[in-house]
Amino acid sequence: MSGVRVAGVGLTHFGSHPERTGRDLFAEAALAAKEDAGVPLSDVEQLNVGNFAGPLSEGQGHLAPLLAEAAGLTCPATRYEEACASAGVAVREGVRTVRSGEADVVLAGGVERMTNHDTPEVTESLAIAADELFEVRAGVTFPAAYALMATAYAESFDVEEDDLKRDLANVASKNHDNAIPNEYAQYQRELSVEQALDAPPVAEPLGLFDCCPITDGASAIFLVSEAYAAEHDLGAEVAVVGTGQGSDRMALQDRDHLARTPAADDAAAMAYDDAGIDAGDVDVAEVHDCFTIAEVLAIESLGFYDPGEGLGAARRGETRADGDLPINLSGGLKAKGHPVGATGGSQIAEMTRLLRGDHPNSDNVEDAEVGVTHNAGGTVASAVVHVLEVAE
Amino acid sequence: MSDEGFDEWLHAFVADDGYYVECGNGHGHLPPRRVCPDCGSTEFSEEELPESGVVETITTVHVPAPAFEADAPYDTAVVDFGPARITGIVVDAEPGTVEIGDEVAADVGASETTGKDVLVLRPV
Repeated sequence: MSGVRVAGVGLTHFGSHPERTGRDLFAEAALAAKEDAGVPLSDVEQLNVGNFAGPLSEGQGHLAPLLAEAAGLTCPATRYEEACASAGVAVREGVRTVRSGEADVVLAGGVERMTNHDTPEVTESLAIAADELFEVRAGVTFPAAYALMATAYAESFDVEEDDLKRDLANVASKNHDNAIPNEYAQYQRELSVEQALDAPPVAEPLGLFDCCPITDGASAIFLVSEAYAAEHDLGAEVAVVGTGQGSDRMALQDRDHLARTPAADDAAAMAYDDAGIDAGDVDVAEVHDCFTIAEVLAIESLGFYDPGEGLGAARRGETRADGDLPINLSGGLKAKGHPVGATGGSQIAEMTRLLRGDHPNSDNVEDAEVGVTHNAGGTVASAVVHVLEVAE
Repeated sequence: MSDEGFDEWLHAFVADDGYYVECGNGHGHLPPRRVCPDCGSTEFSEEELPESGVVETITTVHVPAPAFEADAPYDTAVVDFGPARITGIVVDAEPGTVEIGDEVAADVGASETTGKDVLVLRPV
């Protein structure tokens, strides 16, 4: 089995770019990744691209060959769709392809164009990641689904509503702080706990600042075999040493527990086993905080906290930039932004920069050797976890 | 557009004949089902659903999808009926007043926005 290195990463700015096409966004990220990697496009043997709602947002299906063309590639190209975990799956399949020896160079990433539609339309298109018959038709939006989980969490662990809201506001505030120096982030500005608490409600107990923004953006990652990296004298000091994926029942009503995400438990167990690590070895993580409660559920599924203990982590400072286990130093989906089908690739790009030392927040994790990314689809009916390590 | 299996299940609540499907090993689900996701059984029978269930989690939605624009704010709840859970919109109560642990019954109502049939939950 070949080892897999991240040879280069590329991102567009995450934000509101309603006039830009998906193909243009992805081409920018791919070219940036090419420059970072120092690998010619002609060496790319496969393109794996994540996208969720292209057919709805741009009326464009059959995206992969279009995006390959836009990025100047002539290799086989495939689109992966697992809602918000689309790019995570695209990266995972790229890792598996390089490991198997079938390819030495895979370009993986994703793209999403969202702000060319107004909020109600985007709310509707995002909802298709839930169970159409049993949830969407019962008025469940995505914020509502996570609100149902947040309420169930508070009930399960006997948390007062005011305490729940304050702890979640601390997650939002932390991730905004982390985004301030990140040039790719949608919101490079502070958000106080009080501002978050004063925001209008979206789906109670979640308010506006518990929710990630609507974002346009793209991500691209050059995954190469160790042999290719050595032969071409690439730096590529970050290795992907573990990959895992899990699935769960689609609708919340069909889950054993409404305040846990076992698909992510399974993905983490698989990825940790693959990497030969356990949760205690992890120095830094990028997790899928589409809503503040999602970060809490993620750090519990990743084994950093027991169920019920993750809620207060940001308030206690443990997951802040200067804490023992910084979570979402990029700003996370909450403040960096969440172009749905690009996010899983963005997490790999941000973690690579953090571990290489060229991220504006790298100083907070100078000695970090092991980083984990957690990418979730829907209400975590899909989850993908990767383990990245500094290889030398 | 019709959705065979689902439509019959939803409309059974109009005549107070709500049901769920039970596999050969006693696992309850909502239809349509061909395979039990718990045990793999492919034998199913329709069984009567208890008349009321208990709210397990609930939220008040202030920012709806366009299909529920005129309905907002509204409460959506996941309700435990014993053999199966059901998600629906709470009616006959002010938003934010129904709580976890309250008993509700399932029925069919109409979306105020689209007029389409919706599974609704009424406090009992």
